[in-house]
Amino acid sequence: MQFFGGSEISPSPPVPTASGNNAHMMYVFNRNGVCLLYKEWNRPLHTLNPQQDHKLMFGLLFSLKSLTAKMDPVNADKGNLGVPQLPGQGCSFHSFRTNTYKLSFMETPSGIKIILVTHPKTGDLRESLKYIYSLYVEYVVKNPIYSPGSPIKSELFNTALDQYVRSIS
Amino acid sequence: MAPVGPRSGDAIFSSIDRVNAELFTLTYGAIVRQLLTDLEEVEEVNKQLDQMGYNIGIRLIDEFLAKSGVSRCVDFKETAEMIAKVGFKMFLGVTASVTSWDADGTCCSIILEDNPLVDFVELPDTCQGLYYCNVLSGVIRGALEMVSMKIEVTWTRDVLRGDDAYELQVKLLKQVAEEYPYKDDE
Repeated sequence: MQFFGGSEISPSPPVPTASGNNAHMMYVFNRNGVCLLYKEWNRPLHTLNPQQDHKLMFGLLFSLKSLTAKMDPVNADKGNLGVPQLPGQGCSFHSFRTNTYKLSFMETPSGIKIILVTHPKTGDLRESLKYIYSLYVEYVVKNPIYSPGSPIKSELFNTALDQYVRSIS
Repeated sequence: MAPVGPRSGDAIFSSIDRVNAELFTLTYGAIVRQLLTDLEEVEEVNKQLDQMGYNIGIRLIDEFLAKSGVSRCVDFKETAEMIAKVGFKMFLGVTASVTSWDADGTCCSIILEDNPLVDFVELPDTCQGLYYCNVLSGVIRGALEMVSMKIEVTWTRDVLRGDDAYELQVKLLKQVAEEYPYKDDE
């Protein structure tokens, strides 16, 4: 079951600030901008409808990646701002933090982008995102019924993911 | 925490679930056999094997990336080395070697000494045009397409046709960079 909009339809209501659940939302995009998965555990404020929200998130990441690659003081070979980069090439940010949330991001060379929005005091989630990617491979990629590029509807994946994310401190 | 570097093919191969080699060989043989019966034309079978390989490759790339932890390869040379040393080792348990680089670095040959797909196989005279392992060329094509590389794969040597090893020629056609998929007015 995918969660869109209100948390009143979730089977187990998310506990707001208990240490067992720090995650607010999660997005998974593929290389073409299709939102494969959107999961929400604790999101009190909704400002946009889901379509616009996904586009905004994807656009944000795309721009941030271009910006970070261009501003790189170390790497000699940089394209101009706005020139499309290959996924994984150039330096890329892995998280940003505001006073109300922290957004952690991982992109694979195959273009799969995993975004996890959590409580601002969360530590480095890069290993967790790698583990989530391996869950994606196990439950989604290896499922012959799943057609690549379409939204994920696997119960097993959702359950495993839910269990894992709730255990991230 | 320092990021973990990419794991070697041997390490990954020993840590993942494996299937009985004979079962694998016989299953693949049954598939080729069935395709020959259904399609009858050897060229058609070659195309189907390539297509099947392509569908496998587009999924296999994610498993490869997740299990090996490699980040993007810097150039095509590194990519070819990855495929031969880590990829083939991880999924088939055999190590391949990369040779015959051309001047631009866009074309190379991957050589397989042994190949688990073809144990116990001999091609009869009626199937002389068949590329028995064509699924492998599809897999490489599909996997590299998902990392933005368009390639062309051809078989230059094939043991079932009388040569001494399996040689795949892999040619990089172009790298397709990602573009922003949404139009501004949508």
